[in-house]
Amino acid sequence: MRPERVIGNLEKRFPGEIVEASKDGEDLVLVIRPEALLRIMGSLKGPPYSYKLLLDLTCVDFRRDAGAFEMVYHLYSLDANGRVRVKVRLPADAPLLDSLAGLWRNANWLEREVYDMFGVVFRGHPDLKRILMYDGFEGFPLRKDYPLRRRQPKAVKGNST
Amino acid sequence: MTLEPRSERNTMLLNLGPSHPAMHGTVRIMVELDGERILNSEVEIGYLHRGFEKTCENRTYFNLLPYTDRLNYVSPLINNAGYALAMEKLLGIEAPERAQYIRVLMCELSRISDHLTSVAAMGMECGAFTVFFYMMKAREYIWDVIEFTTGARMTASYIRIGGVRADLHPDYRAALEKAVRETRKVLKDVHGLLDGNKIFLDRTKGLGALTPEEAVSYGWTGPCLRSTGIRYDVRKARPYLVYDRMDFDVPLGANGDNFDRYMVRMMELDQSLRIVEQTAAAMPPRAPIAVGDRRYVEPSEAIRVSRSQRVIGPVRLSPNLEGSEKDVYRDIQAADRRWTLPPKEDAYTTMEGLIDHFLFFMKGRGIRPPKGEVYFSVEGGNGELGYYIVSDGTDRPYRLHLRAPCFHVVSALERLIKGRYVADVIPTFGSLNMIGGELDR
Amino acid sequence: MSENYLTTKIEDALGWARKFSLFHYPFITACCGMEYMSTACAHFDLDRFGAGLTRFSPRQADLLLVVGTITMKLAPVLRTVYDQMAEPKWVVAFGTCTVSGGIYDNYAVVQGIDTIIPVDVYIPGCPPRPETVLDGFLKLQEKIRHQKQEWRCGRKE
Repeated sequence: MRPERVIGNLEKRFPGEIVEASKDGEDLVLVIRPEALLRIMGSLKGPPYSYKLLLDLTCVDFRRDAGAFEMVYHLYSLDANGRVRVKVRLPADAPLLDSLAGLWRNANWLEREVYDMFGVVFRGHPDLKRILMYDGFEGFPLRKDYPLRRRQPKAVKGNST
Repeated sequence: MTLEPRSERNTMLLNLGPSHPAMHGTVRIMVELDGERILNSEVEIGYLHRGFEKTCENRTYFNLLPYTDRLNYVSPLINNAGYALAMEKLLGIEAPERAQYIRVLMCELSRISDHLTSVAAMGMECGAFTVFFYMMKAREYIWDVIEFTTGARMTASYIRIGGVRADLHPDYRAALEKAVRETRKVLKDVHGLLDGNKIFLDRTKGLGALTPEEAVSYGWTGPCLRSTGIRYDVRKARPYLVYDRMDFDVPLGANGDNFDRYMVRMMELDQSLRIVEQTAAAMPPRAPIAVGDRRYVEPSEAIRVSRSQRVIGPVRLSPNLEGSEKDVYRDIQAADRRWTLPPKEDAYTTMEGLIDHFLFFMKGRGIRPPKGEVYFSVEGGNGELGYYIVSDGTDRPYRLHLRAPCFHVVSALERLIKGRYVADVIPTFGSLNMIGGELDR
Repeated sequence: MSENYLTTKIEDALGWARKFSLFHYPFITACCGMEYMSTACAHFDLDRFGAGLTRFSPRQADLLLVVGTITMKLAPVLRTVYDQMAEPKWVVAFGTCTVSGGIYDNYAVVQGIDTIIPVDVYIPGCPPRPETVLDGFLKLQEKIRHQKQEWRCGRKE
């Protein structure tokens, strides 16, 4: 489905939820409200759009400039060879969002990584714990206020856990 | 899912890894066993998390190129190419045609090296050591070709924003033909050793299977997705560089099991060899160098002379700059001096060249893309390798995120080994081709 | 028992035997693993030096070959593997990430494994060429040949 038609359809079905819509080359870029995430993603995944492949899910720390975290989702449609980027802005003091683990299975690990690196908490995630850093690591490394060179060595207790 | 030992059942918790010969580096699989059958498992990753994304926020766009090599370290030039193409999309420039052909050649050689290493490791872990030795031998010849041109066997940092670092070595064709010939011989041998081998078939056929819908739900791409029967190859769906001029097939599997993943990789090796031959045959000729009696000027003399008059003759560059002389620069680098280095002769002998050189490297200057974001993906050895770059107008990326294909592939591992035997973990995990640098970034 | 002709000859023989029969445990994590594979295979054969037999358990190995970046998460595992090895044991730091943290100076990477375990030979390179690795092995063999061999029972250091 062509990007313009997708935007038109979505704006009819979800009035007021889409904050911004634009195009980046052949891809569609949508900025939506956090409350509508599950509904809009669910409808993007199903027919007629069929963006069945969740390519990526990440976060950008814009707290210094815009006072918000920005979650970025990339979806891809195998049938239509179309890509869409969905962005959601979360307030800096309450980074809380619905989990997409029920819709796409790789969202499980991807959201764990965003939690590990940024501290965004996902409601409804089956098992939200750290994935790349070890348990007991303090802080969220990819936030802008975490210094690159801070050393947090892991205590060596003599057993490998 | 987290494992807890259940007190009512007589189960055993077994820990594979993180330092384990078949764990491809560092992945820890904790399994709960009833005898030899796996009831539950938990895969723990992150043992090679080297802070790539955070480090890149502290380096300039040019400086972070060596970090991209070390992501998928068996096919480093594909990572370079992905980053360079993403930046070129953000900047709105394009590399010259010869540079694009060279990039395709290098990417396909890297892909061959990736698949060779993957099948070799899978074979070795199943006990077929001969396969490992044969494929490593072929990989050495491929790396010789890469080393002739780039100077490094593995982590080359060769594909730069705007083009490539240096032109192909003048004698590369002989080495390339030898590498292709040897690889074809090795592939024939490995097909003979493994395709009909009862032990290998018992360990791989029917195991680790995933339906196409589940594979899409797990975000699989690349050979693993194609083994389930879904045709998705970024080189065909969204052609980049000069792949649209190349004639190659996309092999598909039927069942999505270990054997299909192995077979898809073997067939993709054939297709990559075809692309390599086509690229070498269709390579645009380099700019003709003026023949005649050219007296080379030593750099120190050229610098001294250039203070008072323009230097006419060619400057003899040091051997490690071979291939990046001014004569070939037009073919290998885009002409826009805001994003690429000037040729060394200009930096030595002209004021403009010197200024361009210093502005490129000065803190706060250099490559400063316009504010914005870009997502660009290439076909890596494991699937869709995507770079998501957010730029805020300064010389360092605000955010650089890698869409790692094997992150999604390994996230399905718990589902693949559930209900199987412990011994099935090894060929299943081997067929997924997990690369730690890409998984953990 | 003091040093005399017999004990020095025994130590020579032990040094000779130990240096030519290194059983290494490759603790492979990252990119250097590819160059390790190249070194161990046919082109740059490691077996020529007697060190070709890879032991996949630290309890059966006497050389811990740490190949590739060690992160903070993996450091306790490395220490455990080192402790599980029996004397005499040697450690080779393969690649600049193990020597000094390499190009990764950040929150997640151990800045050199000699902060955790004692290292005998450092092989720099990112990744080191197989010839460099073989040179490192030869240096290790020299060290083993000439160091004081531990062979007397009950002797405390």
